[in-house]
Amino acid sequence: MDLEYSAAERAFREEVRAFIKSALPEDLRRRAGQTQHLDREDYLAWQRILHAKGWGAPSWPVELGGTGWTPAQRHIFDEECADAGAPPQLPFGLAMVGPVIATFGTAAQKAKYLPRIVAGLDWWCQGYSEPGSGSDLASLKTRAEVDGDDYVVNGHKIWTTQAQFADLMFCLVRTDGSGKPQDGITFLLIDMKTPGITVRPIISIDGAHSLNEVFFDNVRIPRENRIGEEGRGWTYAKFLLGNERTSIAGVAASKKRLQRLKDIARAEFSGGRPLLENQSFRDRIAQAEIDLMALEFTNLRVLADEGSGKGPGPEASLLKILGTNLQQAINELAVEALGYYANPYEAVHAGDNRAAVGPAHAEGLMEAHLYFRAASIYGGSNEIQRNVIAKMVLGL
Amino acid sequence: MDFAYSEEQRMLADSVGRFAREIYTFENWRKLSETEDGFDRANWARMAELGWLGACLPEEYGGLGGGGVEAMVIAEAFGRGLIQEPYMWTAIVGAGLVLAGGSAAQRDEVLPAVAEGRMLLSVAFAEPQSRFDLNDVACTAKAEGGGYVLSGHKSVVFHAQSADRIIVAARTGGGQRDRDGISLFLVPADAAGLSRRDYRTTDRRRASDLTFYGVKLPAEALIGPAGGGLALLEQAVDRGAAFACAEAVGAMTVLNETTLAYVKTRKQFGRAIGDFQVIQHRLVDMMAALEEARSLALVAAVKLTAPAPERARTIAAAKAKSGQSGRLVGQQAIQLHGGMGMTDELNVGHYYKRLMMLDVLFGNADHQRQRFAAYG
Repeated sequence: MDLEYSAAERAFREEVRAFIKSALPEDLRRRAGQTQHLDREDYLAWQRILHAKGWGAPSWPVELGGTGWTPAQRHIFDEECADAGAPPQLPFGLAMVGPVIATFGTAAQKAKYLPRIVAGLDWWCQGYSEPGSGSDLASLKTRAEVDGDDYVVNGHKIWTTQAQFADLMFCLVRTDGSGKPQDGITFLLIDMKTPGITVRPIISIDGAHSLNEVFFDNVRIPRENRIGEEGRGWTYAKFLLGNERTSIAGVAASKKRLQRLKDIARAEFSGGRPLLENQSFRDRIAQAEIDLMALEFTNLRVLADEGSGKGPGPEASLLKILGTNLQQAINELAVEALGYYANPYEAVHAGDNRAAVGPAHAEGLMEAHLYFRAASIYGGSNEIQRNVIAKMVLGL
Repeated sequence: MDFAYSEEQRMLADSVGRFAREIYTFENWRKLSETEDGFDRANWARMAELGWLGACLPEEYGGLGGGGVEAMVIAEAFGRGLIQEPYMWTAIVGAGLVLAGGSAAQRDEVLPAVAEGRMLLSVAFAEPQSRFDLNDVACTAKAEGGGYVLSGHKSVVFHAQSADRIIVAARTGGGQRDRDGISLFLVPADAAGLSRRDYRTTDRRRASDLTFYGVKLPAEALIGPAGGGLALLEQAVDRGAAFACAEAVGAMTVLNETTLAYVKTRKQFGRAIGDFQVIQHRLVDMMAALEEARSLALVAAVKLTAPAPERARTIAAAKAKSGQSGRLVGQQAIQLHGGMGMTDELNVGHYYKRLMMLDVLFGNADHQRQRFAAYG
């Protein structure tokens, strides 16, 4: 048992830190800041910078274009990126569909799609949820009917994050409605430029446009875009969800946000003293910090198991619940720290160019808090997560 | 002990409730919230006609002579409807302050005008460094030439852009955090030297940051005793806090009703999600949170006329509970509505945002709990 970073790991951290400092453009760092207001080009620009360094896929093996890093190195990289204020890498290609294609795809599919993910050339979105299929995803109805060399897709996906930026969608479709719902699902890769696809924005409670509905009207997709076998899509979807766990815990980002929270609490006043000296508020921050420490080391245990080839232990399934609860707690404390100044809303998205109201550190915090109310809903709601854990891990 | 409304209070509740239902459909709310004022002057005129603006003012000023319970009845309906009109600031906090501490001339000038819908009031007490402490005042009012000169900043002053008069807390003496030395002034909204930065708030209302660049005021602008305005301000703020507690009850009631209806109709896994025990228990917890908040909002309304320490302690308890319940109900309403709860289109998110604002107003739950604890 050894919980210290080795000399080599410490040197690696220095190397990562130095690279980010030299390579992350200042205006991109500033825009990434606390807000969600990065556009398509911002995310892709950072991905291309990382790719040029050979770091486009920090969690992938070398033979797939990844870095082949150890779990500790991946953790260090995530921390340094978050600490430097770099834009988050998009999860849809790197953490979600990429590993599915790598594991279940044909050689041709791997060669076609994987390098483009690493290079930041394709933006992926996730076609899962439907109006009638949220928690009960297996009940999905979007149909794909075989017609010659194509599938013809008809249906309606919803809550599709950033579909408006996407080049491609990985989509769960129903190819068979006769048996068990899970057995009739197929995993399909869809070009978003295919005729018959309509993307409609859904404005969320933070006032931003990140969610969408996607309509499919007789959309022809080549059958070669199917991953694996017809009717085995649910298996691939479960594999994908299992992979999402360590990234969805969001440890590095939460660490950065907690640090920012303390900075804010130092700058704000309460009773004529810094808010951080207010006993009640300080205790609540301390609790969040304790929870973060527990989350970080749980995450490291899971990463270590991955690295040593052991399957994920039961604690892996808890990461989503613990990670999202903590994200929400930290965002809520940050909004609270602002007092009245949490509430001026300048509709930044409408292109208002005036200086922000209130302290500079208030920027984007209310929006982040509102956005992260979704964290306990997406990725499998926290209620469903508990059901799955109770059944699969505790045998209840 | 009697918790029943009087006949008049029941009628008032029905009347304001009908207004909330008929005028403030969610669609109308959305349209209204996007106007310049953020509310409808025609609604304001209607409220004047119906006697609501003067509901808590004495009959001699054109009011109905009501008190804390009348305010609570109105507040709850306002909370149900997400009613945007600046009733709390004008009719409760501002007018209440002038009633309690104004000179005869000030009362004659302001109160009938408020009751008749001819005057809107804002109240400016918070500052960039003050957080929720009413005694933390850096804004100064220098005695000069028989009057006063106002200098400094006021933060997040609700509805200042529509106000005719702004009541401003400024220091005529003492150190920044001294309880003594704070004076209250009735300032015309168009006073020379008063600069405003207007903006919208998260709950789609309107607020402004104010800067006073040597605003000259006559002696008659002073409300109450020079240097002795804090007690008056604290009482007015407690009235606002009691109103906010009742408004939150109305908002939470809608969220609980909406969420209950949703879980009975939304089907997943072949049945209504309300069939699942976890969901059922969550709805019960939301109900408990609402009833606790309702109980303390009631006590707060009644205790507004109690001596200051008892009043303050009671309001602190009610406001703390209101903020805690509002957070639980608002967040769980979003959670149980799933993806729908995250949309701007659905009403749920907007009720949550109003509950968050109601928590911050006059001091959030954490602040109020500490305030309560200080009373021993």
